Amino acid sequence: MSMSTHTRIVFYGFWLFSFSFFLFCAPLQARLNIEIFGGGTERIPIAIVPFADESRLPHRITDVVSADLQRSGLFRLIDPTGLTPYAPAEVVYDDWVNRGASALVIGRTILMPGGQVEVQFRLLDVARQAQLTGLATIVPVTQLRAAAHHIADIIYEALTGEAGVFSTRIAYVLKQGNKYALQVADSDGYNAHSIIEYNEPIISPTWSPDGSRIAYVSFENKKPVVYVQTLATRERKAVANFAGSNSAPAWSPDGKKLAVVLSLHGGSQIYLINADGSGLQRLTRSSGIDTEPSFSPDGRHIIFTSDRGGSPQIYRIPVSATESTSAERLTFEGGYNVSPDFSHDGKSFAFIHRHNGRFNVAVQDLASRQVQILTSSQFDESPSFAPNGRMILYATEIGGHGILSAVSRDGQTRQHLSVQTGDIREPAWGPLLKQK
Amino acid sequence: MKKIAGVLIISLLSACASQTTQPTDVEDRSTGADSSYGADSSALSSGGSGFHPLNDPNSVLSQRSVYYDFDSYTVKNEYRPLVIAHAQYLRDNPNAQVILQGNTDDRGSREYNLALGQRRADGVKNIMTLSGARASQIESVSLGEEKPRAYGSGESAWSQNRRTDILYRGE
Repeated sequence: MSMSTHTRIVFYGFWLFSFSFFLFCAPLQARLNIEIFGGGTERIPIAIVPFADESRLPHRITDVVSADLQRSGLFRLIDPTGLTPYAPAEVVYDDWVNRGASALVIGRTILMPGGQVEVQFRLLDVARQAQLTGLATIVPVTQLRAAAHHIADIIYEALTGEAGVFSTRIAYVLKQGNKYALQVADSDGYNAHSIIEYNEPIISPTWSPDGSRIAYVSFENKKPVVYVQTLATRERKAVANFAGSNSAPAWSPDGKKLAVVLSLHGGSQIYLINADGSGLQRLTRSSGIDTEPSFSPDGRHIIFTSDRGGSPQIYRIPVSATESTSAERLTFEGGYNVSPDFSHDGKSFAFIHRHNGRFNVAVQDLASRQVQILTSSQFDESPSFAPNGRMILYATEIGGHGILSAVSRDGQTRQHLSVQTGDIREPAWGPLLKQK
Repeated sequence: MKKIAGVLIISLLSACASQTTQPTDVEDRSTGADSSYGADSSALSSGGSGFHPLNDPNSVLSQRSVYYDFDSYTVKNEYRPLVIAHAQYLRDNPNAQVILQGNTDDRGSREYNLALGQRRADGVKNIMTLSGARASQIESVSLGEEKPRAYGSGESAWSQNRRTDILYRGE
């Protein structure tokens, strides 16, 4: 792991707004740290000039854009101090060539009546002295951060050819004392709010493919029960509350079904159920443990953890499996491979691999079966791919506290996102949403 | 599955004294591998004669936790009288119901640990049903690593967290 760069960005005064509608009223507060270790070898040098008049706004757009791009590990920020072009005619390209920038971002903000802001930005190619892309949009002041993430996504896509994921959201569980909160936040950890809070554990949150619902496991009734909650209405429903334990929900890619793990008929086995709780159908039939299902992007297969071979390993089974279908074992290195998450292109999966007493994030290519271990920490859990497949979000432990971390698919860049006042765990990266 | 469970229980009742810590680094299913016949599950009696047997500190029924060795779901000999006493109480009190909560220490995947805890609770349930309790009186569930009795890492904390708790409905 390269440690050549160590950038630390601290966001002060970060407040988590909690919509506590069940048991608690006290909002949970925290401060977010993002730490970046290492970085890819070929980072794009980009200069981002503070937009005209943005210092009069509650959030400086270019601060958000800069943090996003830097966090991706694919960009190197060039200091724009002393140069303040806001329009293409004001750009002296030689200045930026001399500073080593290959891309330049300029723009302006115009405060409008009624709390609206017009934001204009342009991405310029320094070598070709030409505009690559741009945007003019009018947003409410309250949506400035969202607008900034959108701009970062446009820049990211224009310069890397991949979809940006800065406008996506993440979900995770925050434990503070004996309180558990299921929280949703922007991909940079801002705008966090609790969608549910309890005195009992919550685990295994997972996003519906359209981002409108989250399935999770709650222990509020002395046992694990699977719930589906609609974010917009906060309405929630127990979709798997059978005798015994109900856990490990995974959405089918069309959002119509869930794979869940039940002990209903003995052991821990994988079942399919409609997202409204109807139509229970058993999928796996082993005498061992089958758990942690994850759908392939085409919805035709499920990968899961099973100890049917004596140690927990990752297996694959068709969703159309009958009683006589046998699952195919996928992992063979080591005696503890768990928590698989299919990549969105269906070509690989992330999982937790134990090696020399450490639990680390690894990725296995399905075709070549090649395994790459991406982290070197002690206790990593719950890997979750970013929707562009570029990063993997996971939970890890530092100083006895659970924090979130993300590692690039190639293992070259890691970042920590931490809420310092509690234990944070069980992260799930939400889907790419359609353009507003 | 039922057949496997039956063989497993016979094995547990007859041979678990020799099966303590699993040598492997993770849970496996080897406990059911070989078995000898002969254990009489009804031979052990609590002889319960208290007015409030479930809460009488002199009664074995006041003991509600079964503890396990590392990576094991075998009910150890020392806990068998406790489990069988509760089974006989359930047999003699058909309206009584219990929930068995399996627990694990906090190393490894939360969901996989949930399944391991389920296996512990299921093992206790199987002994109870073989000892006269009705399956309908017992719900076996798992809390995995989510409800530790002792916090911190190290064997002293972990050993308290590897357990099955017996809770009576309405208590």
